Amino acid sequence: MDWTLIFSRAVEAGIGSEAIIYALAAIGLNVQFGYTGLLNFGQAGFLAIGAYAIAVTVSTFGLPFFLGVGIGLLLAVLMALLLGIPTLRLRADYLAIVTIAAAEIVRLVVRSVALSDTFGGTDGLQAFSGSFYDMNPYPPGEYGIPPIIGFDNRSMWVLTVGWVLVALASFVLFMAMKSPWGRVLKAIREDEDAVRSLGKNVFSYKMQALVIGGVIGSMGGFIFALSRSAVQPDLFSTDLTFYAYTVLILGGAARILGPIVGSMLFWLLLIFIGTGMEEAVNSGAITFITVNQVGAIRLMLVGLGLMLLLIYRPQGIFGDKREISIDAR
Amino acid sequence: MHAESLPAGKAAALKAFEGMAAEPGVPKPDPILVVDNVVRRFGGLTAVNVNHVEIQRGSITALIGPNGAGKTTFFNQLTGFDTADEGQWTFNGQAMNGVSAYKVARKGMVRTFQLTKALSKLTVIENMRLGAQAQKGENFFRGLIPGLWRGQEDEITLQAEDLLQRFKLDAKRDDFAGSLSGGQRKLLEMARALMGNPELVMLDEPMAGVNPALTQSLLGHVKNLRELGMTVLFVEHDMDMVRDISDWVIVMAQGEVIAEGPPDSVMSDERVVDAYLGAHHDAPLSAEEEERQLHEAEAELDKESTE
Amino acid sequence: MRRAVIAFTAFMGGLIFVFLAGASTAWAAEGEEVKGTLRIQGQPVAGVKITVATDADAPVGEATTGADGAWKVAVDKAGSYKVTLDQATLPAGKALRDPNRGTLTVQVFEGNARNVLFGLVDANAPPQGQQGDGGGSSYWTRVAQLVFEGLNLGLIIALGAVGLSLIFGTTGLTNFAHGELLTIGAFLAFFFNTVVGLHLLIAAPIALVIAAALGWGQDRFFWGQLRRRKTGLISMMIISIGLALFLRALLLFLFGGGGESYDQYVAQAGIQIGPISATPKSLIAMGIEIVVLIAVGLALTYTRLGKATRAVADNPALASSSGINVDRVIRLVWASGTCIAALAGILLGTTQNLNFQMGQQVLLLMFAGVTLGGLGTAFGALVGSLVVGMFVQVSTLWIPPEMKTIGALVVLIIVLMVRPQGILGRRERIG
Ligand SMILES: Nc1ncnc2c1ncn2[C@@H]1O[C@H](COP(=O)(O)OP(=O)(O)OP(=O)(O)O)[C@@H](O)[C@H]1O
Ligand SMILES: [Mg+2]
Repeated sequence: MDWTLIFSRAVEAGIGSEAIIYALAAIGLNVQFGYTGLLNFGQAGFLAIGAYAIAVTVSTFGLPFFLGVGIGLLLAVLMALLLGIPTLRLRADYLAIVTIAAAEIVRLVVRSVALSDTFGGTDGLQAFSGSFYDMNPYPPGEYGIPPIIGFDNRSMWVLTVGWVLVALASFVLFMAMKSPWGRVLKAIREDEDAVRSLGKNVFSYKMQALVIGGVIGSMGGFIFALSRSAVQPDLFSTDLTFYAYTVLILGGAARILGPIVGSMLFWLLLIFIGTGMEEAVNSGAITFITVNQVGAIRLMLVGLGLMLLLIYRPQGIFGDKREISIDAR
Repeated sequence: MHAESLPAGKAAALKAFEGMAAEPGVPKPDPILVVDNVVRRFGGLTAVNVNHVEIQRGSITALIGPNGAGKTTFFNQLTGFDTADEGQWTFNGQAMNGVSAYKVARKGMVRTFQLTKALSKLTVIENMRLGAQAQKGENFFRGLIPGLWRGQEDEITLQAEDLLQRFKLDAKRDDFAGSLSGGQRKLLEMARALMGNPELVMLDEPMAGVNPALTQSLLGHVKNLRELGMTVLFVEHDMDMVRDISDWVIVMAQGEVIAEGPPDSVMSDERVVDAYLGAHHDAPLSAEEEERQLHEAEAELDKESTE
Repeated sequence: MRRAVIAFTAFMGGLIFVFLAGASTAWAAEGEEVKGTLRIQGQPVAGVKITVATDADAPVGEATTGADGAWKVAVDKAGSYKVTLDQATLPAGKALRDPNRGTLTVQVFEGNARNVLFGLVDANAPPQGQQGDGGGSSYWTRVAQLVFEGLNLGLIIALGAVGLSLIFGTTGLTNFAHGELLTIGAFLAFFFNTVVGLHLLIAAPIALVIAAALGWGQDRFFWGQLRRRKTGLISMMIISIGLALFLRALLLFLFGGGGESYDQYVAQAGIQIGPISATPKSLIAMGIEIVVLIAVGLALTYTRLGKATRAVADNPALASSSGINVDRVIRLVWASGTCIAALAGILLGTTQNLNFQMGQQVLLLMFAGVTLGGLGTAFGALVGSLVVGMFVQVSTLWIPPEMKTIGALVVLIIVLMVRPQGILGRRERIG
């Protein structure tokens, strides 16, 4: 068994683009679910919007990269408004069902044959990240701490931009949650009628949370697209949203650092276990499963982990038991 | 009534009600709230059907009625928490029907809930701060720059601490509201509602579940609100309390206002007696009655066992 | 609680053990490859030759579709490939929908398998693309056909949705793992059918009994325990998501990522009834669905248990204080809900391929049905599901079939805007 390989893959995953993407997705969910109590089950849709906005703008229409970024942010705002208007006045589970449906709509639209001239169908789109990597300040070469961590200069650029986005989003939320604005959100999470009776426009605050969370999610989509230099519709399935929830709950909802630590740990563990098992199978240490089944076992562990977390430690790593956001009522 | 000198607010209120006809829908000299033809139906049940009612400014008005009379539903209509099927009402002369709940509160008409809604995972002081109106820091962008709202926050905190002291909650300042007792929560909810400096305070059963010792101090607070120039409309089942603090009583039964009048005389109104007796069919059985039923049941059992 | 979780895990472990024997060999391949399943109207087409070449026309490999219509060709690296279907090898009467698309160029990504689809039609069927203008009668034939298919889909959704709705009504749980109950039912039948070798008509009832037991056990050892711990509804909802992920991965582990089918009732010739063409098996399936749904409706309305269920859904505290054993009712609801869902899965499996995602794929439609009808009312779920199924199919008159699900979801969102409580729901009390 190649332990260096196992550790190296795990550590790289823990700080790599996957960790960034899921951290951003979970930070968005933290605003919505963690602080405000809104069940957005369509975060994958927001990531898809971000990713496809860049891809379509650059690859299909040949327009500038930053225009794509702007369009992505704008579309995320629009999508949040569109979802919020019919559902934010209704019970929590309606929002869950409508958002999950909306994310599926986004995925089905971008993968459709009829629109494949624009979105590339099930193949998705490539060749749009050129101008992003043209801005890369890192000269070609290997970076990191051999033999464990090693990234090429392209990855370094994505990671730098990605972690800066994570830090920025977290800082803004840190300030916002300390302010009276954040106080209103936390109060809504507990009892929106009480907040309404105190003269706060609950609908507007929920909408703001939905928009802010969605915009942060779409930034995750940017990193998703840029880190792979390709987008494919089926990467944005509902499971992405559910993993982001797992990440959030693992780290601790309603905590600024929760999603970040949750995401790093999630990917570290997932890849460690996955690679570890693969290596064990390849080296003959484990004989009763095949390499192909390792992926399924990994997924099972995610599901099992999510269940056990909610049963035994719903506040995650960082949460305060007295102030867990889940089920305020 | 009372020989000793009355507080100014009480005296003014009593003067306003002097010689007023004890009739449902009677006009008041200076109404803060005027309600016309409010109807709310749930399927076949008409929960509220109020023809006309006025609330006198600066008074303490009690809204009483048997369980299920529609008092809470009536509150919900007036404060925008539920949409009335028909009707209109004005607050300070402004039409309020169809106005959403938060706007109603901002206009100065604040309510509390029958089932307390303390925000239990916020601390007591945060609960209080939330009640303040027009906070600069409640805007997302301004909230990001503490310098813009710190000053106002400090003022709000002072006001909150003052209120907490009056409601004897200052010792609990930094506890989670969830750790308070039921009565303390009622107090907190009332104090929090006052943070917005409302003109009309609508309390849905503020004394329910509060222990008798605390009740007295709560009553004091309510009376004090009137002295501060506020108008109070409250729902209550305890008649002694109603008699003690209210200047005027409105009686609801089966959704309608069936009587109005001063607390001393309205209880003897025969419509009120009917309404309450009608609703009290399942009052405790008398001793003889109980005995008789027991015998019947035993006889039945005997019969069964011999068969 | 710990005991409960151990019990549940053991339960799941037992499940794995039972299934390990049946774990088939059709694993999802890793590494780059091009693959596909050749089908016409859901029925596999065997013996068709497919060749793969690189962009520069260097041959890579070829394959012939198997009995299940599947084929695959491994390629050694990511890149662009040309995939050609040898039209001469197509069975008589079958043809490419677009004869010019016999060669497709596809992109294969690193580490990914690439699915390639060839659209086939019955050569003697009228060519597509001229409905609507080809005169009134063919248009109405198409409408009738779609209404029929909509009913078919709606009934399957309804079977799943009734259980979902009853569970929601009695426990408040929005069960995201309900789709997996369909899949489990389908695969249980598959296990007894193809691995043990029983005829599907025997395998299916066995599967249903096991499914009911699973449903009962799920509540007895898992959800019931969580309720006792006063776990909040939103936590439970997210726990159900975890369970769904787990079960789906378990099915993937046991049966692989490919499609499977039962040994019986795979290919059947269609028969013509008036304007509608249908396979006998789908008619029988619909018959079963209708009978079961009517039985559920009658049971809810007239039996003691049914009345108790509705009482619990209406007001658990009141039901409990009037002498109803709420826990028992809920457990029976779980057992019967799972059993009906499993039936839906099995019936779905006779008309399409079985795969570990089949339940997840209809979950959203079930949610749409339940929400449309009004959360928590079983009859609402039934009506809502039929509307959804009908809408999904009939909408293909105007929109491309690949977009039909979108139509249903958009309608769901619009209905919520107009009538938030759903078709048969009612509003809640405040204050
Ligand atoms: N959302 C609702 N749906 C159906 N019926 C309702 C709803 N809200 C209230 N009702 C009914 O309306 C009637 C009036 O209820 P309401 O709560 O206003 O009474 P109340 O006077 O406040 O009684 P109590 O003194 O017991 O609090 C009751 O019969 C109640 O069952
Ligand atoms: Mg009431």
